[in-house]
Amino acid sequence: MRGNGLKLHLERFRLDIRENFFTETAVRHLNCLPTEVVGSPSLKVFRKRLDVALSVLVYLACCGKRQELLKWNGWGYNDSKFIFNKKGQAEFTGKRYRLGGMVLPTFKEWIEKTFGASLEHKTTSRASLNVNDVPPSIVNEEFLQDLRATKISYSQDAEDRVFRAHGHCLHEIFVLREGMFKRIPDIVVWPVCHEDVVKIVELACKHNLCIIPFGGGTSVSSALECPEEEKRTIISLDTSQMNRILWIDEKNLTACVEAGIVGQDLEKQLAESGFCTGHEPDSMEFSSLGGWVATRASGMKKNIYGNIEDLVIHVKMVTPRGIVEKNCQVPRMSTGPDIHHFIMGSEGILGVVTEVTIKIRPVPEYQKYGSVVFPNFERGVACLREVAKILRALFALIRLFLSFAKGHALKPQVASIFTSFLDGLKKFYITKFKGFDPNILCVATLLFEGDREKVLQHEKQVYDIATKFGGLAAGEDNGQRGYMLTFVIAYLRDLGLDYYVIGESFETSVPWDRVLDLCRNVKERIVRECKEKGVQFAPLSTCRVTQTYDAGACVYFYFAFNYRGISDPIHVYEQIERAAREEILANGGSLSHHHGVGKLRKRWMKESISDVGLGMLRSVKEYVDPNNIFGNKNLL
Amino acid sequence: MYSKELSSKKRDEFEDILEERRLSSDLRYAMKCYTPVIYKGLSPCKPNAIKSAVLQSEQVQYVIKQLAKEMGESPDVIQEEATEILDEMGHRMQLGAVRFFAFTLSKIFKQLFQRVCVNEEGMQRLQHAIQEHPVVLLPSHRSYVDFLMLSYLLYTYDLALPVIAAGIDFLGMKIVGELLRRAGAFFMRRSFGGNRLYWAVFAEYVKTMLRSGYAPIEFFIEGTRSRTAKTLTPKFGLLSIVMEPFFKREVFDTYFVPISISYERILEESLYAHELLGVPKPKESTSGLLKARRILSDNFGTIHIYVGQPVSLRTLASGRINRCPYNLVPRHLPQKPSEDIQEFVSDVAYKMELLQIENMVLSPWVLVAAVLLQNFPAMEFELLIEKTLWLKGLTQTFGGFIEWPDNLCAKKAVLSDLTLHSNIARLVNGHVVLNDKGVEDGPVGEIIFRHALAVLMCATYRNQLLNIFVRPALVAVALQMTHSFRKEEVYSCFSFLRDVFSDEFIFFPGISLKDFEEGCFLLTKCDAIQTSQQEICPTDKGSGTVSFLSAMFRPFVEGYQLIFRYLSKEMKEAFTEKQFIPGVRNFVFQLLEKGSTQCYEALSSDMQKNALSALVQLGAVKKKKMSNGFTYNVNQEAVSKILDMFDARILVWKPVAARL
Repeated sequence: MRGNGLKLHLERFRLDIRENFFTETAVRHLNCLPTEVVGSPSLKVFRKRLDVALSVLVYLACCGKRQELLKWNGWGYNDSKFIFNKKGQAEFTGKRYRLGGMVLPTFKEWIEKTFGASLEHKTTSRASLNVNDVPPSIVNEEFLQDLRATKISYSQDAEDRVFRAHGHCLHEIFVLREGMFKRIPDIVVWPVCHEDVVKIVELACKHNLCIIPFGGGTSVSSALECPEEEKRTIISLDTSQMNRILWIDEKNLTACVEAGIVGQDLEKQLAESGFCTGHEPDSMEFSSLGGWVATRASGMKKNIYGNIEDLVIHVKMVTPRGIVEKNCQVPRMSTGPDIHHFIMGSEGILGVVTEVTIKIRPVPEYQKYGSVVFPNFERGVACLREVAKILRALFALIRLFLSFAKGHALKPQVASIFTSFLDGLKKFYITKFKGFDPNILCVATLLFEGDREKVLQHEKQVYDIATKFGGLAAGEDNGQRGYMLTFVIAYLRDLGLDYYVIGESFETSVPWDRVLDLCRNVKERIVRECKEKGVQFAPLSTCRVTQTYDAGACVYFYFAFNYRGISDPIHVYEQIERAAREEILANGGSLSHHHGVGKLRKRWMKESISDVGLGMLRSVKEYVDPNNIFGNKNLL
Repeated sequence: MYSKELSSKKRDEFEDILEERRLSSDLRYAMKCYTPVIYKGLSPCKPNAIKSAVLQSEQVQYVIKQLAKEMGESPDVIQEEATEILDEMGHRMQLGAVRFFAFTLSKIFKQLFQRVCVNEEGMQRLQHAIQEHPVVLLPSHRSYVDFLMLSYLLYTYDLALPVIAAGIDFLGMKIVGELLRRAGAFFMRRSFGGNRLYWAVFAEYVKTMLRSGYAPIEFFIEGTRSRTAKTLTPKFGLLSIVMEPFFKREVFDTYFVPISISYERILEESLYAHELLGVPKPKESTSGLLKARRILSDNFGTIHIYVGQPVSLRTLASGRINRCPYNLVPRHLPQKPSEDIQEFVSDVAYKMELLQIENMVLSPWVLVAAVLLQNFPAMEFELLIEKTLWLKGLTQTFGGFIEWPDNLCAKKAVLSDLTLHSNIARLVNGHVVLNDKGVEDGPVGEIIFRHALAVLMCATYRNQLLNIFVRPALVAVALQMTHSFRKEEVYSCFSFLRDVFSDEFIFFPGISLKDFEEGCFLLTKCDAIQTSQQEICPTDKGSGTVSFLSAMFRPFVEGYQLIFRYLSKEMKEAFTEKQFIPGVRNFVFQLLEKGSTQCYEALSSDMQKNALSALVQLGAVKKKKMSNGFTYNVNQEAVSKILDMFDARILVWKPVAARL
């Protein structure tokens, strides 16, 4: 395949883009290795070094210790985080991201101003896991014997178990930093293929044990938390070793992939053959294909490629009742309700997804970023609505940030004086000439993909529409920055936690006509609830529109506050988040667009899908898993 | 629903706003720098911009298209119609007109009133509220002065002037109608239930102003001026319109501000009494207004305006509204409110009226009037003072808000009130007598009419007490009617009376038992009764209180009996309200002539209408909608059964709550 000159070209081009623009490139994996690899003098050398690096990465993944690359008590890679350096300036460490190693001069002021946080008031997380606090592993010997007979690797090690006892909700991270979970898995198993999973599920049924599937561990719905009252042995079924692409079908543009593969690896490996899935959730560096299916994930480029439900051609799932699959791999079939829809969004209560056949596309020839500044959020939303109406699936991504402030705070010191000069001119132009108020203006970031000609044409169309809504093109760089932030923003919370600032993001989907009302009301509700609950500092309460559809949009809220002076910040935080969710529902928003329900949002399921709807799901659960082997207690 | 610690409730201090007006130039005041605080989310716009926004709104356009389709007309024609409606309705608030009003009203108010007292803390709360969320002002309605005074007040405190829903009959007044419009009034037809276009345009107009936070919206929840000074049962139409933006979450919250305006002497008192006796209400006209200027030489005492605590609609609705119906239909489609919404609207309406009542200031004259009405034709002055003082204590126990003139002894206060109300009662040889001048000679009918006028006017003031007294008093009435001490029987009778008088007084819907307990509690508090698990006994000391209370409500008990008797005996055929009112009036008139009743208040058309509508609600009269209005059919048997209840011949009203 490599012999094909065109493909090689495509691939090289793509890598080129990724090195410069993308954060989730293979380059990052090298960063734990000698740095000269990254600083390769030429693309050719780089590619060679990359191959070496990849093999190391594969090794790491194979030994099931991926956690060694990742933080045990926070988001993402160990070496990537925000810190305040000796000069008191904010800095992002590591070299995985484009922001890495850069100083962020305005950031400190922003965090102090926004939260009333101060560098003098610091909390520190425990440095490492205290093994003595960890609940003991209780596994009966008969099961262990049976398990050993299967030759499937497993671990009862405390660190391994704690690592799989949580997702990334605020309260979970808080527990990691300061306390300990009451219940964690008793044993972790690493199946390497579909057959292994079948064996494990059979054993669990035989011994009546509880299985909690674990993919990338990026859940933000308490879905991975072990139910405290679960008395049976809990097996954490880690799918990470099932990470092969089984086959690629170029004629039908499909690929069959094992469910444990992590997003970035999937894209990287497909890219080697000149393909991509185009599915890029914000968590794609860490989340797995199986996890996407189990939570009904959404990717940021869904306008072109579709969400997970549009991408999936076939799913194989192991359940206590047996294996569920279809008899063929076809684009569509009319055979009653689609059984895929019982699987997608089942959140691990029915079984384990083992293999997925997914649509693939040739890697796009050309990509271009862009950004538009609007005088205010209202105009921005109106423009997005219009763009969604007229251009529909012609652009990959359009996202609207409420305020410039945050993106701006993260703006790195630019080396080139010339660039900053231009930037300064632009800022002056925006704020002075056009009469934009910098406090309320908002920016939309854009990404176009496809063949060059079409991209340029669509770009022009979008900018034309934007002009009608008072938008002002703000350059490619701002667009890239927005894209980069998507991945880096998740690291911010860990920094906040060090300085008494707790926060979280949550999402919803909402019809177009209610977007503005919902945003305003939810933000207002958050501010009020904070006041009522005794939060002494004004909270950050902001939102962005991250996805556009024909009939509505996906809206993200960011909410954080300084909790100095509050004795039980997590409880207060949870009350406020609950109130915010109530507000979302009252404003005609959904319970979740793509995060899922888990245990965090279960209480609203009945309201969301009606009594009968809930009963339908329950009866499926009862048939498929009568003994509740998959007992993570999500959803229902 | 009602707070138990009524009398200990802390209320704000009053401030006289006319005082400063008497000291400084009205012109300067009218031309002062006026920069009102406004809603934080407001994007300023002109009245005309609002109008075109309303016309172009999806809501109105939807109805226009619907109507065009149904009537086979072109949408343009209907759009034209909508424009006309909007022009007829819309306000054109202009600062010039506001300043003109500020100047003239200063002059007029200073002429008419001694003092205009306002609780400043309320104004400050209002100022905060206006900035925070859209505000709906809900004043009580006793006089045309109400909305003029309120706008004047807001101008004085540098607050945004409200837009006011006023009856369209004002438009008949040339110049004045236009001036009112420029001062921010918008006009609504009295009834437009059937006209969908009117409803759509009107509702959207109100909601647009509310959503944009353009100005506080003001309307009268009672719908019209109360001719009797009793709070009228609430109207729900406008209230449900202003709630809708919140239900649809177009606004985060909406504040309702109950405002109680009380007059020591009501400008229209004699007009009202005439109207109640069937002398038709003069049409609003500018010449009428000019003729009325002779009242300028008269003194109308003090006005008290109590601006209540803003009530958050969000708080009221929390946990009560099923949000699903609003999420499943596009928001611009007209939607009939679901049953639970209707119930909620009604509950809020009653709650607001009860808040108005709670904060309504009572002047000493109200007490005097209540005492006098039980002691006509004449009463010894000293006894009157003694009784008034006693009633003052009782009123305060019941949570009444009495403002006694500063440091005035009882005698002086009563005397000054007698002077103020010399058209109703006067002091003759140490006795206070009803002022029914020209009675001595003339035909019997004329004498009765004159007397009735004086009684009704006097009753207007007593009525202000009834709003607060009704719960304990109905317990007292029930005690006397049943001749029993058994709690169960007394409650049964109380609950009967509460149902019969449901249009006469304001009761929060569906809490009969709570009302009863509240009544018993208050009577116990003033030592009038003792209660045990099973029994209610009047105390020796309290028999005076019990009989005073039941005498206070006797005109209603007797009046209703008369009216019911008329209906059960005389009305065999279907009849309309237009036939009913004169019929029953004649009937009562004849009885009065014969001297077989002394119940002059039964002549009041207000009482007659309320009694009829109570029977409709109790199912004893059937109300049918005909092409030319409503007709009524009496179920003789049911009415005589109700009459029997009054005579205590039947003792069980309906299944008594098991808890008793």
